[in-house]
Amino acid sequence: MPHDVYLVDQGDYANAGSVSAHIKKRLLALGIDKALVRRVAIASFEAEMNLVIHSFGGKMELDVTDAAITLEAYDKGPGISNVELAKMEGFSTADEEVRSRGFGAGMGLPNIARVSDHFVLASRPGVGTLMVITFTLHPEHKEENKA
Amino acid sequence: MTIELVARLAQANILAHGDHARDVTCGYACDLLSWVMARGQKGMAWVTVQTHLNVIAVASLHEMACVLLPDGLEMEGAVLEKAREEGIAVLSSPLSAYRLCGLLYQNGLHDLPG
Repeated sequence: MPHDVYLVDQGDYANAGSVSAHIKKRLLALGIDKALVRRVAIASFEAEMNLVIHSFGGKMELDVTDAAITLEAYDKGPGISNVELAKMEGFSTADEEVRSRGFGAGMGLPNIARVSDHFVLASRPGVGTLMVITFTLHPEHKEENKA
Repeated sequence: MTIELVARLAQANILAHGDHARDVTCGYACDLLSWVMARGQKGMAWVTVQTHLNVIAVASLHEMACVLLPDGLEMEGAVLEKAREEGIAVLSSPLSAYRLCGLLYQNGLHDLPG
């Protein structure tokens, strides 16, 4: 089953979104239902933007099994000091420049939580952040099983 | 609704020709990218003052039909190039975002598909 690893560089706005575009194409090619692919793409884009905006760079991994689609995003820091606060809608540490581009509204993590079936975020300041985002795969999520 | 009709209603210049087969099915207006990411739909006409590259990424992930810039805003060449690659039309209108939404809505382009 597919297991893809993607690099995401700090501040690489020029390529931001390209990992998510790749993941979306990959899932559609696997015959995954479009509505579910849309949810994964939303989560993936938010995770990717978080790496670009907030991290020192990191990686994203896509795993697809018969039971689930799992998206992992992890970075080299700087880490989040208050994870509960970070997950609150409207909270953001993004600077003015990032906000002027339409990011940093404090919606990324709530968006991920909303579209996924399971979302875990672990972080340690000075070390890094790990996100594991899971989407349960039911038989009807495969186009081939649709009537 | 076709992109050409949107352009005509919006009195807009077409800065990038998108995928002409793509029908415009609904409209939305917002400048927060995460907000739009959460609500984007296929075939959407998106009114925004944001003109940077990540706008095209959001539009492309949702397979939107076009990005509609109000108040005569322009987009840089590299961004337009990306839009063409992704099949997203980019239109620039002299009208305000408020006026654009009103016009499009009045002519049958609503906020949800269908």
